[in-house]
Amino acid sequence: MNRFSTVLYIVFGLSAIVSFSQESNVTHDFELELGLEYRYFIDHAQFMGQKQHFPSFSLQPKYALDWNDGAESINATAFFRWDVDDSRTHWDIRELYFQKTKNNWELNVGLKKVYWGVTESNHLVDIINQTDVVESFDGEQKLGQPMVQFVVTTNTVGTFNFFYLPYHRKRNFPGEKGRFRFPVVIDRDEILYESRAQEWHQDFAFRWFHYFGAFDVGLSHFYGTGREPLFMFDNTGNINAFYPVINQTGLDLQVTHNAFLWKLESIYRNAEAQDFFALTAGLEFTFSNIDGNGLDIGLLSEYLYDERDALALNALQNDVFFGSRIAFNDTQDTSILLGGITDLESSSKIFSIEASRRFGSNWVAEVEARVFSGIEANEFILSNFRDDSFFRLRISRFF
Amino acid sequence: MKKIIVLAVLMLSSVIVNAQSAEVRGLEIAKAAEKADLGFGSSIVELKMILKNKNGQTSERSLTTKTLELTEDGDKSLIVFESPKDVKGTATLTFTHKFGADDQWLFLPSIKRVKRISSNNKSGPFVGSEFAYEDLSSQEVEKYTYRFLEEKGDLLIVEQDPVDPKSGYTRRVITYNKDKGYRIEKAEFYDRKNALLKTLTYSDYKIYKNKFWRAGTFHMVNHQSNKETILHFNNYNFDASLTEADFTQAALQRAGK
Repeated sequence: MNRFSTVLYIVFGLSAIVSFSQESNVTHDFELELGLEYRYFIDHAQFMGQKQHFPSFSLQPKYALDWNDGAESINATAFFRWDVDDSRTHWDIRELYFQKTKNNWELNVGLKKVYWGVTESNHLVDIINQTDVVESFDGEQKLGQPMVQFVVTTNTVGTFNFFYLPYHRKRNFPGEKGRFRFPVVIDRDEILYESRAQEWHQDFAFRWFHYFGAFDVGLSHFYGTGREPLFMFDNTGNINAFYPVINQTGLDLQVTHNAFLWKLESIYRNAEAQDFFALTAGLEFTFSNIDGNGLDIGLLSEYLYDERDALALNALQNDVFFGSRIAFNDTQDTSILLGGITDLESSSKIFSIEASRRFGSNWVAEVEARVFSGIEANEFILSNFRDDSFFRLRISRFF
Repeated sequence: MKKIIVLAVLMLSSVIVNAQSAEVRGLEIAKAAEKADLGFGSSIVELKMILKNKNGQTSERSLTTKTLELTEDGDKSLIVFESPKDVKGTATLTFTHKFGADDQWLFLPSIKRVKRISSNNKSGPFVGSEFAYEDLSSQEVEKYTYRFLEEKGDLLIVEQDPVDPKSGYTRRVITYNKDKGYRIEKAEFYDRKNALLKTLTYSDYKIYKNKFWRAGTFHMVNHQSNKETILHFNNYNFDASLTEADFTQAALQRAGK
């Protein structure tokens, strides 16, 4: 970590000093989000040491500094979490980057978050950032990724994104007291690298995207150390896990036609130890302003396929997702998201509900529940989570 | 008898001519209003939105809107939310089209995701306000058919029927001020049952660059729900010289970062 931070500071310091010397009209912006959270797991723990009640607290300060009419900026977001589970107690620099933009190009240097993809139930194509596994179940929370990103937008042939990713960040895993773990607690430092360069394997990625009328299409390629560790189990049940060097090609496509959104994400990943194909495809239809008062009800359905079968880390190998998004479009932005994933080959099902509403102008309350139902004992990964149905309440205060 | 028939034919044709001319004149006024505002190039404005419910309780939002004027097709716009703080950085990019559906993208800052969204929902409320999406989108002449109603001094009153069947209105009645660059003084919106739904009054007008009239305040009253929304526009900037490069997905992400 030391070497990593040193390099980062140097890169950062230099780029900032160079540009800041010609400053004009500097603007600052500081924001802070405090979160109080309580997670309650309904069932008794499956494994020794796992807790049932998880009060927790989080802090997310954000600072932005820009000059030159916003053409140059420094953006920083940090994140701290305190939790009953020692491994969930963690901090991260979500973003800390310098940005310069001119005409149709943009350069970003530092730690940054980048999102790719279109589907809702699974995020196959999204590969730039490591997932902050302990932070959320849906995998949408990410760790900051060191990068140099260069973006060129053209009028006629789309947008080109080039990434140089000099450092790999390991995935975090729940500790002994935490849920969503295997019988053996995974120590993230014990997961090794395929590359001899370890975390310093130099990675590259590219994405092109464009839109043609109703079509939005993205094509991407990633070469480097994968974000998902590969788990191999030996005869004695010991886990041997490592981060392989991979080539991954991704396609994301959305067709937006009236109230219909047709979505497709697909990847092909190739490594020494593993080759596979995965796909998520589906649609979303929204009945809007049903009551003349702004009530929108969206219906979603997606099919998920993963050639890794039981070894798929997210356990979505041949499943169907159904969901509904209800937005009241009221002054408090009340919304509800309902969902269910069912395995087409077994009885395993996961149901979820997420709802949120603003109170006053600075408070937001969120509830989330996930229920694991009929999880079959032979589910390689999911069977470990069969007693992890939970309810979560979160109150956030924004400053 | 012949005379009567001739008279009747004459009267009928004059009615038809009048009806035609009411449509022609309505369209002419809409075109004149469009022409009067032609050439602003681009603008940036800060907006404060005050939402009042029927009990008088208020909540506020603030946002910044950038607009790029295009003549061959509809305008492009970028809207970024500054408050409430939990939605700060949420941004939309819209490419309006003279014909057919608009293209629209939404940026969600918490997960840095850009989503293409359907522009199908025209009649729904914009962020819980009394403004529907269609009230705030770029007003292209091609999106309505017109009928001139009356002239009251400098004021020209024109009925406008939306072409799009997904519109929440049967018609709107617009009051233009001929002497002040055809600026709009008032708009009345009639719902699908042709009952008066909302009235929008424009005030605190200022003229920019000796040509472009911009209202400082929009006041929308919903007569059916008794809710109101007031928009205050601050710091109109017509000198930013925005280009197409300021209205891309990359620009959308930068705006909301």
